[in-house]
Amino acid sequence: MDFANAFVALANYVIIPASSYGAQLALGALGVTLIYGILRFSNFAHGDTMAFGTMVTILVTWLFQGWGVGLGPLPTALLALPVGIVATAALVLATDRAVYRFYRKQKAAPVILVIVSMGVMFIMNGVTRFIIGVEEQNFADGERFVINARDFKEWTGLAEGLALRTTTVITLVTAIAVVVALFWFLNRTRTGKSMRAYSDNEDLALLSGINPERVVMVTWIIVAGLATIAGTLYGLDKSFKPFTYFQLLLPIFASAIVGGLGNPIGAIAGGFVIAFSEVTVTYAFKKVLGYALPEALAPDGLVQLLSTDYKFAVSFTILIIVLLFKPTGLFKGQSV
Amino acid sequence: MTVNMKNIALFAAVALMFVITGQMQSWNVSLTVMNMGLISAIMALGVNMQWGYAGLFNIGVMGFVALGGLATVITSVPPVHEAWAAGGGRMMLALAAGAGTIGAAILAFKRLKKGMARTLTILAVLIGGFFVYRALFDPAAGAIEAINPASTGFLGGLGLPILIAWPVGGLLAAVAAWAIGKTALGLRSDYLAIATLGIAEIIIAVLKNEDWLARGVKNVISLPRPVPYEVNLQRSEAFVARMQGWGFDPVTASSIVVKLCYAGLFLAVLLLLIWMSEMALKSPWGRMMRAIRDNEVAAEAMGKDVTRRHLQIFILGSAVIGIAGAMMTTMDSQLTPGTYQPLRFTFLIWVMVIVGGSGNNWGAVLGAFLIWFLWVQVEPIGNWLMGVITMGLPDGSVIKAHLVDSAAHMRLLTMGVVLLLVLRFSPRGLIPER
Repeated sequence: MDFANAFVALANYVIIPASSYGAQLALGALGVTLIYGILRFSNFAHGDTMAFGTMVTILVTWLFQGWGVGLGPLPTALLALPVGIVATAALVLATDRAVYRFYRKQKAAPVILVIVSMGVMFIMNGVTRFIIGVEEQNFADGERFVINARDFKEWTGLAEGLALRTTTVITLVTAIAVVVALFWFLNRTRTGKSMRAYSDNEDLALLSGINPERVVMVTWIIVAGLATIAGTLYGLDKSFKPFTYFQLLLPIFASAIVGGLGNPIGAIAGGFVIAFSEVTVTYAFKKVLGYALPEALAPDGLVQLLSTDYKFAVSFTILIIVLLFKPTGLFKGQSV
Repeated sequence: MTVNMKNIALFAAVALMFVITGQMQSWNVSLTVMNMGLISAIMALGVNMQWGYAGLFNIGVMGFVALGGLATVITSVPPVHEAWAAGGGRMMLALAAGAGTIGAAILAFKRLKKGMARTLTILAVLIGGFFVYRALFDPAAGAIEAINPASTGFLGGLGLPILIAWPVGGLLAAVAAWAIGKTALGLRSDYLAIATLGIAEIIIAVLKNEDWLARGVKNVISLPRPVPYEVNLQRSEAFVARMQGWGFDPVTASSIVVKLCYAGLFLAVLLLLIWMSEMALKSPWGRMMRAIRDNEVAAEAMGKDVTRRHLQIFILGSAVIGIAGAMMTTMDSQLTPGTYQPLRFTFLIWVMVIVGGSGNNWGAVLGAFLIWFLWVQVEPIGNWLMGVITMGLPDGSVIKAHLVDSAAHMRLLTMGVVLLLVLRFSPRGLIPER
């Protein structure tokens, strides 16, 4: 038995990847949940909003790289991120003005808005593919590792290496910063408070003189920021491919619903629940158990509960379980 | 112009588009597009039942289409006897164990009292059952996949005529719809949407990865056909003589005849389904459905079991989609799980229904033909448009190459724009509900 090695292997293959994936999902789910809370519909275009924001960031990154501007050890994409956010905010505000506002004025049923968001999804997806194509793009540069596996082995003398990638650290740091800023905004500023009031009770908020169009506008800008950051972090960590972003819809919605739609804390918790379950269930525990168990008990097989191709099944199953037993989510959401 | 004249004119216009395609491109192309249009029309009918009659938001169309495809394989492919001998029995046992586990867990949930004991029992049943299932399943799947993996490596099917696969496809889709409807119906409408989106992805993942079932991404090719082969027609002297007598080239004629045979089969199914749905819509049952859709609370107060009716229509609609999926795989003569794309098989069908007119069967059919035609033809038009736009640019310019390459993505853009325009300016579609 060798618990040190077992723990390092577990951290390397499960805890670290799941944390960064969880942070990415949480940021995505926050966007979905905010739209749901304020505009009261499930935005199916969110995955493609993320893809669009990431695409702009990538293009600006290439431009900066071409100029030789960079951040040294950090990826240039961080420098390009603000441009991506501004472009995405402009896009979603234009979409809101051209598309969603009409239905809001009509007080259309939420399901109509969902279908409308499907149309928006088509267009955003088309635009993204049109500009950058369907191929995979890698845009991470700078230092690859904060700790690399070989140094770690030499440093600790353990057989298992632990690699901490720069993108993981950036993801976690950015996610924490964004979440702190968001909660500060929602709880401390006047605009944030009016957003929460609007989300809790639209009529009361209107009576107390809150301007709904302003609330909606601020929401879209925040959502654009969250989507672009989430998308860029995901792209840095893995790689950018428009179709993958569309497929992220399922885990993101699962996170938002598991946490309770409309509840920001729930969205963060949901993101981590989904990410950890997905990684744990699809990881082959042979190595970890090989270290942790006495030799006689060491497993022969891979000890993988599900093959990685079924990772969607994990988010789906959790979603179904939560829907069956706690339809409002772990933290009380708005939905019935 | 009366409403009826307008509808006939709309259908005539669509028919004219196919005639023009036949004249300008070729009749082969026109018929290929039309056959897929017929199948899309059936899919659109299924979605229209769910959305138009009952207001259910199903975005897992792709999954039900794929289940129909799977049905063609398990019905029509001859059984692989070695594979059955190697692991068929064990596989059936494993699947039975899996189903038994879920059944036992549901039973425990229903019979035992709420509390810690129940939770623990259910967990024990599920975890224990999972390991039993894996212990049976893994060696069985390995044994089956080891049998001649280059050409079979799967259990094969029942070796029945492929036309039987069509109702079987409906049945498979209905079973899946029952399972998903049982869990997600009765909750918010968006939840059904997410649940169906998820189940569709899972069905595709199963098809791609479970090689023992239908060879996964290695594809099952040359499925039996319900219509004659072109080659056989060209060899038949009677056929060649007759076609030459009518002044056609026998080679072209053979492929057109085959396509017409398919078109006849599809049209028969489509007309039957339209007739059935129209009858259902006019019946008291149809009125009840629309009453539920328009005001659930009032319908419930009248004593209608809303959740049950929703489940019923959800299953029926999914079954129709499953039939269409089986028909599509039959026409392609191959099952290729890699080609199922949600944008193509789920969202495009939705565009068809919305554009055509939700709640109206004829509208859904018209929308299917129109949108499918656009989907196919937008690409050549986009290529032409890009050619015109980039005419001023020098050859070899990067922007020109990029724009020309991107023309293929015009499709998604066009579909999105069409959907939004219809929703905004004509939300009831081309042929609105009466």
